[in-house]
Amino acid sequence: MTDGAPRIRTERLSAMYGDFAAVREVSLAFAPNRVHALIGPSGCGKSTFLRTLNRMHETIPGAWIEGRVLLDEGDVYASGVSPVRLRRRVGMVFQKPTPFPFMSIADNVAAGLVLDRSLSKARVAEVVESSLRRAALWDEVKDRLNASAMGLSGGQQQRLCLARSIAPEPEVILLDEPTASLDPMGTQKIEELVFDLKREFTIVIVTHNMQQAARVSDTTSFFYMGSMVEHGATKQMFTAPREERTEAYITGRFG
Amino acid sequence: MVTLMGVAVVLAVLPLFLILGSLILKGASSLSLGFFLNRPAPVGETGGGVAHAITGTLMIVGVAALAGVPIGIAGGLYASEYRGTRLAWITRFVADVLNGTPSIVVGLLAWTWVVATQRHFSALAGSFALAFLMIPMVMRTTEELVRLVPDSLREAALALGYSRWRTTLVVVLRTALPGIVTGSLLAVARVSGETAPLLFTALGSEYFSFDLERPMAALPLVVYKYATGPYPEWHKLAWTASLVLIMVVFALSIAARVVTRQRLGRND
Repeated sequence: MTDGAPRIRTERLSAMYGDFAAVREVSLAFAPNRVHALIGPSGCGKSTFLRTLNRMHETIPGAWIEGRVLLDEGDVYASGVSPVRLRRRVGMVFQKPTPFPFMSIADNVAAGLVLDRSLSKARVAEVVESSLRRAALWDEVKDRLNASAMGLSGGQQQRLCLARSIAPEPEVILLDEPTASLDPMGTQKIEELVFDLKREFTIVIVTHNMQQAARVSDTTSFFYMGSMVEHGATKQMFTAPREERTEAYITGRFG
Repeated sequence: MVTLMGVAVVLAVLPLFLILGSLILKGASSLSLGFFLNRPAPVGETGGGVAHAITGTLMIVGVAALAGVPIGIAGGLYASEYRGTRLAWITRFVADVLNGTPSIVVGLLAWTWVVATQRHFSALAGSFALAFLMIPMVMRTTEELVRLVPDSLREAALALGYSRWRTTLVVVLRTALPGIVTGSLLAVARVSGETAPLLFTALGSEYFSFDLERPMAALPLVVYKYATGPYPEWHKLAWTASLVLIMVVFALSIAARVVTRQRLGRND
């Protein structure tokens, strides 16, 4: 995992809700074109940590951070950095599929593109198609691009959200338990996609599912009670963890 | 228990049918095309209609809606999207108080602010009063519906690089829009039947008028005038005018539902 400069890294990052520190002094580096998994029991701070990377954490009243987050070595919390622009470089997909209910399938994919007014309609249509292809959804929806996105299955909706988040060509994609609400088939498709998409993007995925982390990720970080306990190559982590707490968690003794 | 509820339902629905029944019984006989096309005939002559009041109601209510609906929607959006702020709390409180304010008091207010300062009655003063009544209704509906928009949609928009105001307008408002349109049309229907606030603002008139600066006829005023007048002919006309008024209100309510379902109903 130490191949070249990290795409995104944190320095002694703490994330607070009021007085409560949900994440404590976490320093992590994520190499480009790799899948990085964050695992740990509920409430361990992994989702909060993920949300500090695209400054979604601060949208919650009373939430703030200490420390630094560096995207291509630029501090994303520096004064003058717009969180709105940052989020176009760091896309995110959530636990539950969130297609915009009043938009068609095509409009959903284009939702992030229309922010860039210089794009022609033809170009938008191209990007919609290529994004849907990359999200392995094109063949299923190409005949009903103008139909409501609400007619899709949960798994399809989640792939649509993935297509929506990759359409503006972000550098990093954050996945917050993207398969938690899906059936095994939908889960498998998303996992295959994650594996394919790392060729173009740097992916950080939060998951409750140990097998999933083992299947899709290159590196894994184990979070426990707000602290990052162990970070390493996924293979090593799942076969020979250094920390006892990591071993206890991945073998299912708690969590 | 079921029987009791059944009785309650009948008691709740019965007044509507009683009203409709008596209106049709007493009013439908005078209903003719001329009633919709002509203005009133002089006392003693038969025929004549309430066309001047139909156009008057449409104009007064239309102008009121142009002002009241956007202000109500904006206020409701604010009260809901900036829930925790002091101003949002005050906005909500004021809307609740306004919602309970008797319409005749609102009419008095319009009289003091518009009629008394301009020194003449006007349709505009009537619109002012009706807009004042609509604002809190539209505001509370908007607020309730905006609150139903799941936070996950707001988060999705923000994570996509939408600014706060863009998220509110493009995603939140648009998601809640079908319900807001219904609520607004129902508010329009509600104020269309208001009489008290128009009595000393729009005043009423016997003539066609499209000048907002002058007194104007309205259906509720026609009903009031004919019903309290001395002539049996007028009483008959009052019934017919009531029927027309109810039809206008019904048409608006039905339109609210049709529009919601056909045009904007993708998400419900």
